[in-house]
Order: sequence, then C-alpha cells, then structure tokens
Amino acid sequence: MNLDFDKADLAFRDEVREFFAGSIPEEWKTRVRAGLRLDPADLIAYQKRLAARGWGAPTWPKEFGGTGWNPTQQFIFWSEAARADAPMQFHQGLELIGPIIYTYGSPEQKAHYLPRIIQSDDWWCQGYSEPGAGSDLASLRTRAERVGDHYVLNGQKTWTSYAHVAQQMFVLARTSAETRRQDGISLLLVPMDAQGLRVRPIATMDEKHHTNEVFLDDVRIPLGNLVGEEGRGWTYGKVLLDRERMVAACNAIFLTQMARGIRRAAERKLGGVALIDRPIVAAKIAQFEIEVQALQAMVLRLMDEAARGADSGPRGSMVKLRWSQLMQSGMSLWLGAIGPEAAHFEALDGGPGHFDMPYALQGALYSRVTTIYGGSSEIQHNIIARRALGI
Amino acid sequence: MDFVYSDEQQMLRDAAIRYGGDTWSVTARTSNLGTNEQWPRQRWAEMAEMGWLMLAVPEARGGLGGSPADVMALAEGLGRNLVASPFVTNAVLVPALLADAGEAGDEVLAAIMAGTAQAAAGLIEPDAGYNAASVATVATLADGAYRLTGAKAHVEDGGDADWFVVSARTGGSAADREGISLFLVARDAPGLTVERFRSVDQHRHARLALTDVPATLVAPLDQALPTIEAAVDRAICAHLAEAVGSMEAATDATLEYLRTRQQFGVPIGSFQVLQHRAVDMTVFCEEARSITYWATLSLDHPRLERRRAVSAAKVRVGQAGLHVTRDAVQLHGGIGVCEELLVSHHLRRQMMLEFTHGTSDMHIGLFEAANRALLGQAA
Repeated sequence: MNLDFDKADLAFRDEVREFFAGSIPEEWKTRVRAGLRLDPADLIAYQKRLAARGWGAPTWPKEFGGTGWNPTQQFIFWSEAARADAPMQFHQGLELIGPIIYTYGSPEQKAHYLPRIIQSDDWWCQGYSEPGAGSDLASLRTRAERVGDHYVLNGQKTWTSYAHVAQQMFVLARTSAETRRQDGISLLLVPMDAQGLRVRPIATMDEKHHTNEVFLDDVRIPLGNLVGEEGRGWTYGKVLLDRERMVAACNAIFLTQMARGIRRAAERKLGGVALIDRPIVAAKIAQFEIEVQALQAMVLRLMDEAARGADSGPRGSMVKLRWSQLMQSGMSLWLGAIGPEAAHFEALDGGPGHFDMPYALQGALYSRVTTIYGGSSEIQHNIIARRALGI
Repeated sequence: MDFVYSDEQQMLRDAAIRYGGDTWSVTARTSNLGTNEQWPRQRWAEMAEMGWLMLAVPEARGGLGGSPADVMALAEGLGRNLVASPFVTNAVLVPALLADAGEAGDEVLAAIMAGTAQAAAGLIEPDAGYNAASVATVATLADGAYRLTGAKAHVEDGGDADWFVVSARTGGSAADREGISLFLVARDAPGLTVERFRSVDQHRHARLALTDVPATLVAPLDQALPTIEAAVDRAICAHLAEAVGSMEAATDATLEYLRTRQQFGVPIGSFQVLQHRAVDMTVFCEEARSITYWATLSLDHPRLERRRAVSAAKVRVGQAGLHVTRDAVQLHGGIGVCEELLVSHHLRRQMMLEFTHGTSDMHIGLFEAANRALLGQAA
C-alpha cells in the first residue's frame, strides 16, 4: 500500500503543470469554480488546444487517438487541470458516445467521428430521455423505421443538453417491438441539420440555456448511421458503466476548484473581520473540504482499482452520489459567503455587481440538477442496493 | 499509488477477525467484562502470544517494525468483532511515545511486547480538553531525579496500566509548545493516586493525581510535544482502522437482518426506504475506509500534511461511525438496543471513539489550521 507518485509520475505532473501554468483566463475562473460550463466557443478553443498537445482524449486508448494514459496519469492530469482552474472537457462526445463508437462502431464510423470528437469539430448531444422515459429509460417510444436504405425517425427527446450547439446527436430509438422492453432498441447517429429535426429550448431556473427538447418528424438517416447491431442499442450502454466511474472520478477531482471559490468569497470582511476568520464559518468550510477530501480518497481507490482492472462494484455510483451532494452543499456555502449581494443577480443599469455574480447564484441553481441527471440520487441508491447489498 | 493490503497484511487482518469471532462473543464479553478482572488479562496474554503487541515496535528495540499499514490491517481486524483490549494504547501509542527513550524505555517496551505488563499515557489535563500542549503538571529536578506534581484528567486505557508515560512541564508556561517533557512513572510510585473507570465500551481508563511522584525522563528535555503529537496521530489512525472494521461489521449485520427479518409477510429488506438507508450506511463505510487509508499513508509525511490528513480522517470517520452504528441500531428495531446483539456494542464503541484523542469538532479546527498554514506556504 502506498500513496506516493513514482519518479515518472512526478515528471509527468511537472509537464502537465507547465502546460496549464498561467493559461487560464481570469474571467473563466468563477464560472469554472461554480461548476458551470463555459461558453461553447471557449470550450471548443480549449479542447483544440488540448488536442494540439496530443491530450484531447485523456481516457481513450492510443489507437483511437487518445493519450493511452493509465489511471494514475489521468488522476494527475485532472488534478493539475483542477488546480489551474481549467474547465472540465465537454463529456458527451469524449466520454459517452466516443467509447461506444470505438468499441462497437464500424471502421468508417471510427475513422470519421473519432478524430472530429478529439478536435471538437463535432459537438455531440445525447438523445436518450423522453417525456415519458426519464429514470425508466426502457419505456422510450421514439421509433426508427427501416425504409429502403434509410431509417426514418419519429418521436420526441427531452433534456437534450447542448442540442442547440451540437452538430450530432446519438439517439436511442425503437427499431422493433419485443416483449422485453430493453430489446428492439437501437443506437443511431443523427446529424442535427437533418430535415425534420427541430430543437426547442427548455427554460430552466438558472436562466442559462443548456437543455432542450428535440422533435423528430420523419427524420431520414442512412442505414450506415446505425452503431453496432440493430436492436442491441440498450446493451451498448454497458460499456459506459465501467467508464462512468472515471467520469465520476473526474467530476470529484474538480470539486477542489469549488473549495477555492468558497474560500475566496469568504475573504469578505464584516466589521473588519474576514468571514473565514469566524469560527462558525471556518468550521463549515472545513467540514465541506473534509468531505471533499474523503471523496478524493474514494476516487484514488477507484483509480487504483481501474489500474488493476478490478471491479469497482457500484463505487462509481457512490462517487456520483457524494459528488452531487457536495456540489449542492458547496454552492450554498459560497452564496452564504457572498451575503446580501447574492440578491444582485443582474445589473439593471449596467453597473458592476459583486465579482462572483451572477455565476455563483447560477451555479447554486444549476447544482440542483446534478442530483437528478445521469441517474438521480434515488436511482443511484437503487443501483447500489441491487449491486452491492444483496437486498 | 496502491490501496491494497499485501498478503501478509491480509493474513494479519483475517487472524484478528478470527480471534475476535472465536473469543470475544457477546456472551463472553457481557458475562466477563467489567466484573471478572482475570478475563481481560487472559485475553491480553493471548494477544501477546500472537506477536501483535510487538508489531509496531521498531526492530532495533526488539519489535517487528511494522508499518502504519500493517497496524491498520490488524486494528481493522480487531474492530470487526470489537476486541475490547487496550491494544492501540499499549502497542501503538506508548511505543511511539518511547521512540527516543533509549534504555529508559526498554524495560517497559519488553514487558508490553511480552504481555507481562501494560502501559498508558497521561497527556491531557483538567480543563484543557484534548490539548496536549496545555500542560500544568510540573517536573522538578532535585538531586539528579525528577518529581512530578499535577493531575491528568483522562488516561485512555489506563485502568490496568503498570506504567504511565506522563507529560510534564520542565520549562515555559502552561500553554507553551516548548518546555514539555515526557516521563515514565510506575503505577506503585509514591505520591501517585490512580482512580479507575469503566467505559460503556468496556475499556478501562484512569485519572491521575500526582504529588512529588518520582519519574524518569524518556524524551528530549523540553522538546517532547512533536513526539507526543506524532504518537497520538499514530494512535488515532489505529483507532480509525478499528472504527472502520467495526462500522463495516455493523453494516453487514444490518444487511443480514434486512434479508432475514420478516414483517408484513416479507423480508423488511424489500422496503425501499430501508434499502436506501442501508445504502447510505455502505457509502459512509466506503468514505471512512478510503480516508483512513489516506491518513494512514500520510503518517510519515511532513507535519502539516500529516495533521491535515489525520484530522480530516478523524472527523469523517467519527461522523461515519456514529451515523452507521446509530442506523444499525435503528434498522434492527427493538433488538438493536439490547445487550445480546453486538450491534449495540458497536454503537457504544463508536460513541467512545469519538471522544478518544479529540472530538470531531476539535479536529475540524486542527484541520482548518493546518489547511491555512499549507495555503500560506503555497502562496
């Protein structure tokens, strides 16, 4: 048992640290620390910069254009990125569809899509949820009918994050009716400019446009846009189960940024005394950081297991559960540190507001969805109960 | 980076689990502990025989020179079936306090390792909480010999100790970090009054009053505080491992109960509300185990990093242990509060561990102070 990096790891850490040094614009930092995504243009530029360095896909194998890094290197890379207030890479292409394409996709699909994901030439969105299929995804009703050399899609998707930015969408649709609901579902790649596809924004309480409804009316896509075999789409999600522990791990590593944002906000002085110097505030911030630390220790174990090829059981779900809880408690602390000016969401006359606003409040509101998306906390509880507890 | 017990550590842990299961049954503990003075003595001899009491003692001093991870494996195993012995105090804390004692500590260490005598540490004083730097007990030197006068409010596991390692002031004033020295005091030394207490977890503690008690210096004069803090951190980590073993056992027992206990014609584990609470217990166990590894592996890191890691773990494991064992009792229902199930014993042990070497509240403060010092260094 040991915690220490070896010489090669340390050299790699210095290399990554140097790459990030001084490269993150000041105006990104509050947003990044508050767990918000940057504007797509900024994220695309960031992704291109990583790709130019050969680091565009930190979790992919080399043969598909990834870095081939081992889990320790991934941990180091993410820790250094977090330390520098760099943003998290956009995950829908890199972590969700990319691995499915290189595992189940055709040679043509691999050659076409994978480099475009790494270079951020394609922004991907996920067409899974539907109005009647949320936590119970297998009840989805969107149909894809084979007509000649095309599939024709009809149905409605919802909670389609960044559909308004994306060039491509990966869609789960029913290609046949089977007795078992999970059967007869296929995974299809749909260009967003296809005829009959319409995106309608969903207004959310954080007043940031990040999610949408997508309507599919007789949308025709070539048969070659089917990933893997027809009717097997549901099972391809399983490749993600193993990877989702890495996504959860990455999220958790970036929580250290939030701790920094909170601490900076708590430097505010009241009656000449900084908030952070008040025992009650200091204790709450310390409690948050201790929980972040415990989560980081869980993540280290997870990465160690990944490195050994060991099964983590439902530990990815546990990290997601705890990470999302900490996003929420952290943003509450942050807002508390801002105080009365947390009410100044938007300047009506164009004057300057508090330096953390509106992002801190937007982050606090956005954090509410982290316990809902990607499998709600309640679903995570069910998964853990089923996979780990034998009850 | 790796978080796996070696084969040897695994064997150590398994041996401790077996020993606890074979010897420390609920019946044995409830009928013997607290009343039968002989019973714990016999158990102590058994632990010595297995070599466990020499695990953490450096090889140069006749021990096995085990690492913090070795101690973790053993302590976790002992926690699993709640072996209520003064293992951590005798075999981890005292040897670390005597690290620089030279020959003066040899007799005590040899006796501890052989299981023929016990020792404990008098480090905290009335009205000083857990602050080891707050020392009002005075050591005076006359005719080449030290004598101690003062009081120690709580001596963890001191109830059966034959020796006490006691902090006392040889310089400075009551709260100074400098001027603290460590002394060895025999249980039967003139001027020493020992009051003994039993705790709800069946550990046996003491309170000391010292009036001109003859004592032997066992650490660098005036400079003992760093030794004390480092030794206490080792003891804390061993207790964390014990706590992890205990809370995991309580969780397993609860899961088994959820699977077998029938109400309304079905196993109660089929109720989602109970499943989710059991999941939360499991997540707490995972957090506790993970942060215990991290703290244990930080024990040999520079002081501030060690402080930050150990205090963070003390806080989180304390919170986890209480949550898990309280819910273990709750999910068992009425039988959970009874003496006849180990579950109630796990709760009592976790409650007491929260008070051992500092509460969570105190360690939140220590964590924050170390955090700031480290942030200051980085800036």
